[in-house]
Amino acid sequence: MPQYTQFQPKEYRPKMSAYWYLDHWRYLRYALRESSSFFVAYFCVITLVQLAALGTDATRYAHFQAFMASPVMIVINAIALAFFLLHAITWFNLVPRVVMRQMLARPTPDIISSAPNYFAWFGATVILALFIMGVL
Amino acid sequence: MSAGKRSNEPVVWFLFGAGGFLAAYFLPVHVLFYGLLFPTGLVHAPGYQETLALVRHPLARIYLFALLTFCFFHAAHRMRLTLSDVLNLRHLNTVLAFVCYGGALVGTAFTVWLLLTV
Repeated sequence: MPQYTQFQPKEYRPKMSAYWYLDHWRYLRYALRESSSFFVAYFCVITLVQLAALGTDATRYAHFQAFMASPVMIVINAIALAFFLLHAITWFNLVPRVVMRQMLARPTPDIISSAPNYFAWFGATVILALFIMGVL
Repeated sequence: MSAGKRSNEPVVWFLFGAGGFLAAYFLPVHVLFYGLLFPTGLVHAPGYQETLALVRHPLARIYLFALLTFCFFHAAHRMRLTLSDVLNLRHLNTVLAFVCYGGALVGTAFTVWLLLTV
């Protein structure tokens, strides 16, 4: 004989706020880090627009430069830079989480694992900056 | 998992990971110069001919192709998951995947076309 209970069992449905990422700083940081992807897509499109302008003529490129100099675009690009830095730092700091590291049978500190990325990042930035400015 | 039903996650994750590295290394300096320092006049911007010559260099074309293509797929994968998790749009997973990865493919097509014709 089956055992009947007084109340019908109900499926467990955890309730989650639509604004769950505002509940805790860690959640917000996660949401912000993931949101950097929208700015990555945005700046790739901007670079395509720049290439299209370059491929047309000097006048079209001057229009592109004037468009980029508008206050709205400067604010958006400053926000994009902040998101790119957040992405870069969180990405480089992942290295100690995914790489097994041990030296002389002892684990090395996190910063030793992520530091080479920061040095390489600095070097790449300087070299690319020299190309972009037309120095190299 | 049966051999006939393989996950496409490794392919997507490879594109996401490669794009993540390239975006972390190279996008900050791009937006710093083309988005802030040149438009505000803090650093003198090279002229049209100089920029065109730089972009037309074969190594620059290969660099821009890798940077833009991988970054498009990196952004697509992360945008899909962000919209799905942060905005609770899991029920639209198929639509999101179609729009995000489709957008990345369109971006790649434009990248190839522009780099070949610039």
